[in-house]
Amino acid sequence: MSGDHACAEGSLAAGLGFFAGYPITPSTEIAEHLAIRLSQVGGTFAQMEDELGSMAAIVGASVAGARSMTATSGPGFSLMMENVGLAVMMEVPCVVVNVQRGSPSTGLPTAVGQADVMQARWGSHGDYAIVAYSPASPQEFFDLTLRAFDTADTYRVPVFLMADEVVGHMTERVVIPPASRITRVQRKRLPRLKGNGRFLSFHTNGKDLVPALAHAGEGYRAHFTSLTHDERGYPTNSPDVHDRLVRRLVNKIKLNAGRIVEAEEYRLKDAEVVVVAYGCMSRSARRAVDMAREKGIRAGLLRPVTLWPFPESRLRELDKGKKKKAFVVAELNLGQMAREVERCIGRPPATLTHAGGKVLEPEAVLEVLAEAGR
Amino acid sequence: MVEIRFAGYGGQGIALMGVLTGRAATLFDGKEAVLTQTYGPEARGGASNADVILSDKAIDFPLVTRPNILVAMFQEAYRRFRPDLKAGGVLVLDEALVKPEEKERSFHSIPATRLAEEMGLKIAANVVMLGFFVRITGAVTKRAMEEAIRKTVKPKVVELNLKAFDAGFRWAEKAPVGTK
Repeated sequence: MSGDHACAEGSLAAGLGFFAGYPITPSTEIAEHLAIRLSQVGGTFAQMEDELGSMAAIVGASVAGARSMTATSGPGFSLMMENVGLAVMMEVPCVVVNVQRGSPSTGLPTAVGQADVMQARWGSHGDYAIVAYSPASPQEFFDLTLRAFDTADTYRVPVFLMADEVVGHMTERVVIPPASRITRVQRKRLPRLKGNGRFLSFHTNGKDLVPALAHAGEGYRAHFTSLTHDERGYPTNSPDVHDRLVRRLVNKIKLNAGRIVEAEEYRLKDAEVVVVAYGCMSRSARRAVDMAREKGIRAGLLRPVTLWPFPESRLRELDKGKKKKAFVVAELNLGQMAREVERCIGRPPATLTHAGGKVLEPEAVLEVLAEAGR
Repeated sequence: MVEIRFAGYGGQGIALMGVLTGRAATLFDGKEAVLTQTYGPEARGGASNADVILSDKAIDFPLVTRPNILVAMFQEAYRRFRPDLKAGGVLVLDEALVKPEEKERSFHSIPATRLAEEMGLKIAANVVMLGFFVRITGAVTKRAMEEAIRKTVKPKVVELNLKAFDAGFRWAEKAPVGTK
């Protein structure tokens, strides 16, 4: 099964109820597959006029109670950013897939890229926090799509699946667990309606910082606005309320990072050179680590599975110890996550970068790795 | 680990050759496999290739750079990818569509497209070639490929495809290795 098809099947396993999208290479197979499959399981598939509409539609469907998703690539991702901010501000869970191609602009439509990873973090205006996963295989694309819906519902936040063209289009064995073994997180919901339906739609207990969600049509008088709002959901110009709200939107991810962050570690135990790579490039880096070990270089791989939040405490831990380790970042952009690694370890890592269009081969990673370890 | 490149032009069913080989290996031979494809912006025509890696262990780097086996079904595909073939690699050609260079020492060729036409199934030339490929290279087992065909193609054309596969497989048994 291809990565894109695995993503589509993962969303179905998660109980996808609504998909809205505008097909774009290399994500098209996701929409194509769901156009057939979603109606078979009672869901709704909508081909939209554009990506602005797609993003708006999945926010609406989510507030109505459906698990919702859209899929795109860089150019569409840019168009979605306004309504990503809307979903962040109104705290509407949803899943957005970006199968990255060469960018900026329409760039290289059919070839790989990883240059939208910072856009996933900061693409919409303002301070906020989201969650972004980076799958490295069709199997993981399935697994992480399933998980993305749980994360979105748990934190009432848009969750991004930042795949790349190679992972989206490659075909590998994918094992889909039986339905009985798939568990789904339930959204934090309000108790059955009592009284007149008035309630504080953005009130939190101060612990997990996530308010319960009233679905449209349940009788609750819920008010959603993109404007800064108080606990009732009504607009306000109060700087204090604004600061409290935006701080909570950031903190509900930041303070729960320990529960959200995932990273794969490979041969890191005694590693003196740590390669940081994600998505398709992590597969190249993994081979490079094995090649380096054969040459007697103690190399290891740290593969962020969540790009956001970034596994920064793990990186800092790795950098502790008597002897300073060397760090290498290999990615298909001009050093976006390398900057993140630099922020964590306090010095620039060695880098292997390329603007995209092809995967850098293990030999190229090995060369930088060997040089860094010297 | 075996790296295979199937190459031809859009419309020949090159992608299906990759899919069938990968499925035969993963689902019926118990191996690991990864399939990647490169394609241009055109909808049809143009170069098409399907790259498959087969291994007993998990596969890290998913792309084929230096194939051990090149199956070329078009002159341009042969010209373009022949230099990438590893030394000692296996070269498999459709003899009606690819004329190997004078210096080519050793290759296996079959008139796959002509055989398919004679069977009234020009469209099954790719599966004729797969039969030949399986017998020559042993990259996947015959049984696994037949199962993959049964599970992949539309039910009403399963028999036709198995017939095409068998024709290619049997051709290999009598075909001498081409030398010049």
